[in-house]
Amino acid sequence: MERERVFVVVIGTDQKGIIARVSTLLFEHGANIEDVQQKVMDGTFVMTMLADVSGCKVGLSGLRQGLEEVGAAMGLTVMVHNESVVKAMHRV
Amino acid sequence: MTISVEEAYETAGMILFHNFDIRAVTLGVNLKDLAHPDHLRLAEACRRRLADLGGRLVREAGEVSEALGLPIVNKRLSITPAAWLIEPCPEERAPLYLAQALDQAASEAGVDFIGGFGALVHKAATAADRRLMESLPQALGQTSRLCGFLNLASTAAGMNLDAIARLGHILKDMAAAAPLGIACAKFVAFANAPEDNPFMAGAFHGAGEGDCALNVGISGPGVVRAVVAQHPDCDLTTLSDIIRRTVFKITRAGEMVGRELARRLGVAFGVVDISLAPTTMVGDSVGRILEAMGLERVGAPGTTAALALLIDAVKRGGAMASGHVGGLSGTFIPVSEDLAMIEAVECGALTLEKLEAMTAVCSVGLDMFAVPGDTPPHALAALIADELAIGMVGNKTTGVRVIPAPGLKAGQAVDFGGLLGRAPVMALNPFSGEKFIARGGRLPAPVGALRN
Repeated sequence: MERERVFVVVIGTDQKGIIARVSTLLFEHGANIEDVQQKVMDGTFVMTMLADVSGCKVGLSGLRQGLEEVGAAMGLTVMVHNESVVKAMHRV
Repeated sequence: MTISVEEAYETAGMILFHNFDIRAVTLGVNLKDLAHPDHLRLAEACRRRLADLGGRLVREAGEVSEALGLPIVNKRLSITPAAWLIEPCPEERAPLYLAQALDQAASEAGVDFIGGFGALVHKAATAADRRLMESLPQALGQTSRLCGFLNLASTAAGMNLDAIARLGHILKDMAAAAPLGIACAKFVAFANAPEDNPFMAGAFHGAGEGDCALNVGISGPGVVRAVVAQHPDCDLTTLSDIIRRTVFKITRAGEMVGRELARRLGVAFGVVDISLAPTTMVGDSVGRILEAMGLERVGAPGTTAALALLIDAVKRGGAMASGHVGGLSGTFIPVSEDLAMIEAVECGALTLEKLEAMTAVCSVGLDMFAVPGDTPPHALAALIADELAIGMVGNKTTGVRVIPAPGLKAGQAVDFGGLLGRAPVMALNPFSGEKFIARGGRLPAPVGALRN
């Protein structure tokens, strides 16, 4: 199967359980987390997870919906971008 | 090299905070093979092909948007110039049957607009061209998704003043054909019209195109405004560099969407149109970019220079990012669709004459502006001739999308709502060019066109 990776970008206020809840959901949907980074930028907490979603059981739309629900419950914004798009924008 | 958290956040932030999106994916469709003397058969064959292809476009665009995580706002179709399709039809009303069929196809497919109901008459008009021109008020007044165009001048051929003079009258009828003169918002008069433009109202699938081509219009005025605002004091060379780098990023995203969508549809990828296209959403404004550069208001002295810098930087970044940049690839400066432009007109900073000067350095022309409803046909024609002369002599595209607002005078406003926005009615110079327009004939091509 062709490998498909996405960046999960979580934006909002730092709080307990962000990594735990996002990574749990990714695990439950069959995604494999390959990298995690986090930083506070301009007073905003930002976390990115690079995840291999090739084996994702609910498809990308199902995964995105689940992540958005987790984010909404914690007052966070969650965006999911295909790795190829982010790479194309930031690498020549 | 791995993507940093800052870079991933920048991409997310462009969409979240600065209205970055893929503004239009437009599937150009050849219909020449469907031309037929029976106008009903022609109309039905066009409807069937376009409803099928348009439906696929909408479905696949949704899937690409989901897969890549990039919003695709508008899905559109453009067709072979309609005047060519009705050439064999003896029926006088053939253009109207075709217009209804095209609108029906767009509705069935769920595409936002369908462009190409037009003709290329920059040198002279055929009988079919003239029939199509005369049908424009009814065709655009009685449909909701159909867009029309006329190419009335080119650098190589000169300018068809006879057609422009006639268009002055047609525009008056068009303004009366639907409430608020909205049919005029779906029509563009061009010089040097591009054959692969994905943006409405002027999109069509030109003579040099294949059976199908997928063209993409990206947009990111909000993204550019944000980076300009983050650098309030740098010099203009540095500012150009900052804009260039930003446009590179958004163009790469647009190119990726276009190629992936074309692959899924099994059609050729055409071009990325790198035009900055504003909307009436707060922050999504080209005028605000110019103001962030240091202008008190759009229209102030310095505006044309600021716009020249902006569009040059956009082209530098876009050309680096995509192998096929095409369409208009300028900067849209519509009045009604850009909050800063609306405000500038209302506070007296931006006049029609200054707007015309601005179009000399950006490729898109006088766009979405209203003039008093009692503007005579010859004044509309003269206004169009002036703007197209800029394109003809400058060897570039210019267009005019003017709304003679029914019953309104300068200082009032016509509110279309939605994407078309609100157009303050702009005052026209009261002195007449009627005799000049009445001379008719063909304005010779500029001597600069002799390049061979």
